[in-house]
Amino acid sequence: MSEHVLETERSGGLRGISDVLWRNPRLVIFLLLAPPALWLGIVYLGSLFALLAQSFYSIDEFSGLIQYEFTLKTYGELFTPANFDIIVRTVVMSASVTIAAAIIAFPIAYFAARYAKGKWKALFYIGVMLPLWSSYLVKVYSWKLILAKEGILNWLFETLHLSWLLNAYLSIPVIGGNSLSVSATGTFLVFLYVWLPFMVLPIQASLERVPPSMLEASGDLGASPQQTFRHVLLPLALPGVIAGSIFTFSLTLGDYIIPQIVGTSRRFIGQAVYAYQGTAGNIPLAAAFAVVPIVIMAFYLWVAKRKGAFDAL
Amino acid sequence: MRSDRAPLGLKIAAGAGLAFMHLPIVLIFVYAFTTEDKSYQWPPPGLTLKWFGVTWNRPDVWEALSLSLRVAAISTAIALVLGTLCAAAVSRTKFFGREAISLMVILPIALPGIITGISLRSAFNLADIPFSFWTIVLGHATFCVVVVYNNAVARFRRTSGSLVEASMDLGADGFQTFRHVILPNIATALLAGGMLAFALSFDEVIVTTFTAGQQQTLPIWMLEELVRPRERPVTNVVAMMVALVTLLPILGAYYLTRGTDTVAGQGK
Repeated sequence: MSEHVLETERSGGLRGISDVLWRNPRLVIFLLLAPPALWLGIVYLGSLFALLAQSFYSIDEFSGLIQYEFTLKTYGELFTPANFDIIVRTVVMSASVTIAAAIIAFPIAYFAARYAKGKWKALFYIGVMLPLWSSYLVKVYSWKLILAKEGILNWLFETLHLSWLLNAYLSIPVIGGNSLSVSATGTFLVFLYVWLPFMVLPIQASLERVPPSMLEASGDLGASPQQTFRHVLLPLALPGVIAGSIFTFSLTLGDYIIPQIVGTSRRFIGQAVYAYQGTAGNIPLAAAFAVVPIVIMAFYLWVAKRKGAFDAL
Repeated sequence: MRSDRAPLGLKIAAGAGLAFMHLPIVLIFVYAFTTEDKSYQWPPPGLTLKWFGVTWNRPDVWEALSLSLRVAAISTAIALVLGTLCAAAVSRTKFFGREAISLMVILPIALPGIITGISLRSAFNLADIPFSFWTIVLGHATFCVVVVYNNAVARFRRTSGSLVEASMDLGADGFQTFRHVILPNIATALLAGGMLAFALSFDEVIVTTFTAGQQQTLPIWMLEELVRPRERPVTNVVAMMVALVTLLPILGAYYLTRGTDTVAGQGK
């Protein structure tokens, strides 16, 4: 009798559920995965595919209504000179931001990985983490203050009696403009500033795996510091650089706020997407434009994977 | 040349790089005190505390702040549950489609925010869902999952499976094991992930512009001021406050994961 009670107690309530779960590990995995998979699958992937589907529709030029028929016409519109210009401009900007970020980030990452010890190491780590995580808009705002005509940068050039240099630079077509805050250089500086921390951390991670003895061996074998850098350090750090470039490239590619606040009136992909889906109401073209960064990033990630960049993430 | 001493050029380059990353933020703190209210004049003609009082009495700033805090709190809670579940499943066993699951978690943050934003917006339009508090939360929770997931998965990997088995051998059931063995082990990682998710949501603007409708979160309020500056002094003060508020979770997360191999910020 008492044994029977014990049995029912064991098989009832939480303990029973727990036993069933222990016997069925697959069920556990299923139960663990169901909520996040449902959420991400429905909310995120669902919306993403709905958007991609719309890029195959087109808009009627006269009525302005969306025609729900399969067509590649909208993708064809991407290659009109005006739209293709936007794509080229954005890709060139992303590439230059990425290269500049790699050049500035490398010494920081190298110093932090190789020479900083103890307290300094923590300081460098926080020194990169703080700007990485601090507010995006605050960072952009700070550059609006810096680049303003009455702001600190112009003031600095004036006090150093170098205004002529700045003016000469601004008179260069394409990268110049009326003032820094409405020039492509201004946009470039803000992009560089905002995404730089994303480059430092992966490079540092890959440099930390380079044994110092390898660099010493290179020196002992007669290589100059430049040769050691070029033939030993750089190839070993390359996966980290590529991993960082995934962030800087992708983030620049899709941003529409920075070029709207600082820069010329020439559009970037993000702004085009925003404008077409908003007032213009041309969702198919906006969707087709949104596919451009996805395709570029997919290609980029494929190359990065072949170069082993994911081990440095 | 002694190899444990950094060359001077490297020191200068690293120092200058760090300065470049921090000086602009310092500038924000100076501008919050300036007496100039029509332009971004440098150097400030005078310093004052007046604008703090003015900002304090602004109902629109308070409303935006309250909305941001509520959205961030609920999105973080959802992300904590979903991220932990996902991390537990992925780190527990190898199963079919595991790679696909981790890709799906990372995708919302790997693709540009504008794509997440516009997909959600067009999905809301297609499904006739009106914009509300919950549409904002829906978007935020989606990209916050990855932050919690990254922190939790790193900790699960370091937590030895034998601990769980020992707990079971000693007679604890699955739920007791979770409550008394697993949870204490992953608690700090979850706290760190939660803090970063909170900071991420509190600060997010790109996805929010697509999912918010007429409501203003604090970043949206700031964006409006950035595009069409109307009240520069108030914006200066708000910018400084936002910089200060985001500082706390970052430092908190750092101290919580310090000494472990969890790199809290990677994969933002």
